[in-house]
Amino acid sequence: MTARTERVAGAGPGAIAPPAATAASAHPERGARAASARSRETQTAALAYDLATIRVLWRRDLVRFFRQPSRLAGALGQPVIFWLLIGSGMSGTFRLPGSGMGYLQFFYPGVVLMVVLFAAIFTTVSVIEDRHRGFLQAVQAGPGSRGALVIGKALGSASVALSQAALFLALAPAAGFPLLGVNWPLLLAALALTAVGLAALGFAVAWAVDNVQGYHAIQMTLLVPLWVVSGAMFPPAPDRPGFAAVMRADPLAYAVSAARRALGGPDAPGALPGSAARDLAVVAAFAAASLALAIAVTRRRDAR
Amino acid sequence: MPEAALRPPGPAGAPRLALEGVEFRYRDREVLGGVSLEVGAGEIFGLLGPNGAGKSTLFAILTGLRAPQAGRLAVDGAALPFGARALRARTGVVFQEPSLDGKLTAEENLLLAAALHRVPRREARSRARSLLVAAGLADRAREPVDRYSGGMRRRLELARALIHQPSILIMDEPTAGLDAVAFRAVWDGIDALCRAEGVSAILSTHRPDEAERCDRLAVLFGGRVVACETPEALRARVPGDVVVVDADDPGTIAVGISSRLGLAAAVRADGVHVARARGHELVPRIVEAFPAGRIRSISLRRPTLADAYLALTGARLEEDEA
Repeated sequence: MTARTERVAGAGPGAIAPPAATAASAHPERGARAASARSRETQTAALAYDLATIRVLWRRDLVRFFRQPSRLAGALGQPVIFWLLIGSGMSGTFRLPGSGMGYLQFFYPGVVLMVVLFAAIFTTVSVIEDRHRGFLQAVQAGPGSRGALVIGKALGSASVALSQAALFLALAPAAGFPLLGVNWPLLLAALALTAVGLAALGFAVAWAVDNVQGYHAIQMTLLVPLWVVSGAMFPPAPDRPGFAAVMRADPLAYAVSAARRALGGPDAPGALPGSAARDLAVVAAFAAASLALAIAVTRRRDAR
Repeated sequence: MPEAALRPPGPAGAPRLALEGVEFRYRDREVLGGVSLEVGAGEIFGLLGPNGAGKSTLFAILTGLRAPQAGRLAVDGAALPFGARALRARTGVVFQEPSLDGKLTAEENLLLAAALHRVPRREARSRARSLLVAAGLADRAREPVDRYSGGMRRRLELARALIHQPSILIMDEPTAGLDAVAFRAVWDGIDALCRAEGVSAILSTHRPDEAERCDRLAVLFGGRVVACETPEALRARVPGDVVVVDADDPGTIAVGISSRLGLAAAVRADGVHVARARGHELVPRIVEAFPAGRIRSISLRRPTLADAYLALTGARLEEDEA
């Protein structure tokens, strides 16, 4: 590729040497300085274009979300129903060892994570259509990079997921978590990082699979089990080491654990052994890995 | 050819955009086999060919959505890698499937596109306003695009492609699905841009009437450019006239014309075609050669670009409606 480009540069303008080349031959040092200033300038412009792309995509997802009342209603209704139905059904049989916590309270942080999970799945599926007959076509052909496209879309989806989670979190007092007792910075960090990670993962699947049915099939097989074994529905069982190992390998388990600590204190029942900082570090690593995967997938330009 | 001399024969000096030896392979299939072309400043350049000729792939390469396996690209004489940001920043793209957000208003769509290209906010607002006026959409600027008709979306898509004042406009079938009025409106806009502001336009099309409005056409067939000249020069490759015979049973008529008059006749969507110099002399001969009632109508016309495409490649430009 480089060799080809150089050949054109030699053969193209040819007769009339560009001014920069003349300057460089007469004053080699000044020419080199000018060239490096120019490349810095290009880099600044590139960064500015990428930031612009990120801002546009981010804002677009939020505007779309708040403009559709049905999505707002669904965002609150679905988790409430889920929480109350499964929560009341399980509450008769559920006993958390060493704690008097009821199931509705135990299940609540898990449902918060479920809200984030489903929001991320449903906001990134639009990538598939959008890419071939929608707004993302213009973004791809625009001056922003593929990395900026991924980050902007992931931040947009994550913000929608956080908005939905915020609606559901208004019910925290009903679950036995007074609003003033919540560690909001920890909760926000845990949910935001999880949302970014899940959105980026969804983006990677959407881009690679490129059809809606396939996307849902993969996401449901991949993510719902991850959520189920994350400790969202039942606590870690120390007497079953195999299951505990699966849970320790599940990044969502750390997100649930951080949410439990944010809502119920550092030693909240059901949280993983360890600290909130470790929980956050794992979730941050998950977000970074998902973003890297999504960027890698979109850079394969020849795949459809 | 005095007619042809009216159009610019091609770019003088360094072309605005030049492609050389572009090859694209999808798995084992060759989609583009060494495409070279040059587009001058202010030129309207058409890529003419049916579906499958390689137009869409070439479009995707020009817009940076795909990278070819081989080839070179130069803009204003300077070599650039395919899909370079420097090219994307000065290119406006009109997609076949509009790249608009249906949930947002027309104005919001334009402002988002302006923000992608870092057009300052105040400037973006004023450009959006004037583009909406020019597109005849000013009174519906605050409506979600979902409520727009196909023609309105096309016009908005063109406005969106121009919000950052690109010097190169790349369009994929820009008037697909438009009625005659909308077609003229879009083309008057393209003409004004290229003539008055020196914007170079590259568009893919399979419509003869659209190709007719280009300065030059690259005829694509099987992933190669088989001819690259003005529409007049292309049409001149078909000698004489085209006689079109409409009948209930075109197959029999075609066989009859071949056997009784010794002329090549082909069955097309609109009837049996016979291409021939001094076609007016042929009309009565065909009418007399068949019993009354067998021929519904017979007409004579100058060759179109579809006829030229057929003569050049042996393939049809437009698919049969059947």
